[in-house]
Amino acid sequence: MDMLSVLSSLGKTSGFYLLFSDARQIVMLLLACVLLYLGLAKKFEPLLLIGIAFGMLLTNLPGSEMYHPELWDAYIAGQLRMTDILHDGGLLDILYIGVKTGVYPSLIFLGVGAMTDFGPLLANPKSLLLGAAAQLGIFAAFLMAIGLFGFDPNVAASIGIIGGADGPTAIWLTSKLAPDYLAPIAIAAYSYMALIPLIQPPVMRLLTTKEERETKMEQLRPVSQRQKVLFPILVTVFVVLLLPSVAPLLGCLMLGNLFRECGLTDRLSDTAQNAMMNIVTIFLSVSVGATAVYYRFLTWQTIFIIVLGLIAFEFATVGGLLLGKLMYKLSGGKINPLIGSAGVSAVPMAARVSQKEGQRANPANFLLMHAMGPNVAGVIGSAVAAGFLLAVFGG
Amino acid sequence: MRFGTALLYSLLGMGVVFFALVLLMLLIRIMTAFGRPKPAAGTSGTAPAVSPAAEAPAGTAAAPGSAGELKLYDTDPRTAAMLMAIVADELQTPVNELRFLSIREIKE
Repeated sequence: MDMLSVLSSLGKTSGFYLLFSDARQIVMLLLACVLLYLGLAKKFEPLLLIGIAFGMLLTNLPGSEMYHPELWDAYIAGQLRMTDILHDGGLLDILYIGVKTGVYPSLIFLGVGAMTDFGPLLANPKSLLLGAAAQLGIFAAFLMAIGLFGFDPNVAASIGIIGGADGPTAIWLTSKLAPDYLAPIAIAAYSYMALIPLIQPPVMRLLTTKEERETKMEQLRPVSQRQKVLFPILVTVFVVLLLPSVAPLLGCLMLGNLFRECGLTDRLSDTAQNAMMNIVTIFLSVSVGATAVYYRFLTWQTIFIIVLGLIAFEFATVGGLLLGKLMYKLSGGKINPLIGSAGVSAVPMAARVSQKEGQRANPANFLLMHAMGPNVAGVIGSAVAAGFLLAVFGG
Repeated sequence: MRFGTALLYSLLGMGVVFFALVLLMLLIRIMTAFGRPKPAAGTSGTAPAVSPAAEAPAGTAAAPGSAGELKLYDTDPRTAAMLMAIVADELQTPVNELRFLSIREIKE
């Protein structure tokens, strides 16, 4: 046996040798490390960003063979079946099935529903209007993606949904409309959600007067248990009848909420909020990160998506604030327009920003519970918008 | 896709979102109207007014360590802190997000 040739072939199959075959791999590894730093040191959405960054690291380590985009291309083209992917795929291909089928985002929504208190929304149903207005960001970014950057409608719709400030919804829609763009869209959505305390306040101060920001709101009325139990059932029936495509997301959100509110399924609610949510978060984040393969991720489109994502967030904030201002005028100064910016979902970060800005203008201001109404309305609003886009562009 | 068509889709999308959420708003209003408990006979149905005794007398000292607004009547700070923690726990809200104006021991 020629030891030299054995060592040579061993060296050529090693990752270190393959790493330098394309410099873009090194760029991606560095990018993964930057995201890991943001998650670990800066605590930007660590529960998701750490998993996404690690998935990105794994998939770009040459020779790891954990994720094969070409298998998924063949599956989309109808040349392979899911069983072929199970047979030939790597670990991350198998985990990715949950993203591709829309199972993970829906299960995340089940957990979100179990964690969400719709009481502030039920106490002040007008909050729903603010949640609807904040979806302006989705459609503004969709328009710009088509008008300025020439993206296909499917991709533009997936980029637009970043403005919903709702990670699972963005992943759910993108995995169906533009799976090749899943990684940049998910990373943009989660990064901007983490940056909401930096993104929103300048727009909030720009669009509102000091007098408006100082507005103190009356205490919310109490909501009965019966209303809280009926709400998820009625929402599911009415919204799914209106937009059947939204059923997986909204159905799971409301089922989780029913577990929480009915008082008979505490164990299920606890599992949905904790154990299940944590398991799905691991699978979702790692497999989404794995889709950031260097030769697909390092493109101009990724940069455009990052830019459009920021525009989407800003427009979403503007939409909520403008309607908030209108409601301030119509209510004779009883509604603080700052709660409008919380309509962008990103629960509860956006509501906390409203509270902080309100208190900055008037230390005796307590807007948190008022802002939670538009905040949870935004979750429903972005799911409805995603359902609309899927119905129109999903073919 | 042409920009004009995209604009039409966007307007339609916003319309659908507003329609769905306005529908939900009406639904909540109907649910609230039907779910409201009927006032008991002999009562006006309005919330009882705060009794004059509950008003803070002028010049009462603020509790030590509070933001300067909480007033304590026949209550020591230790009991007040315990009560505030219990209320915060019951409401599932951090205590720094609640505003306590006064705490009074009711003697019967």
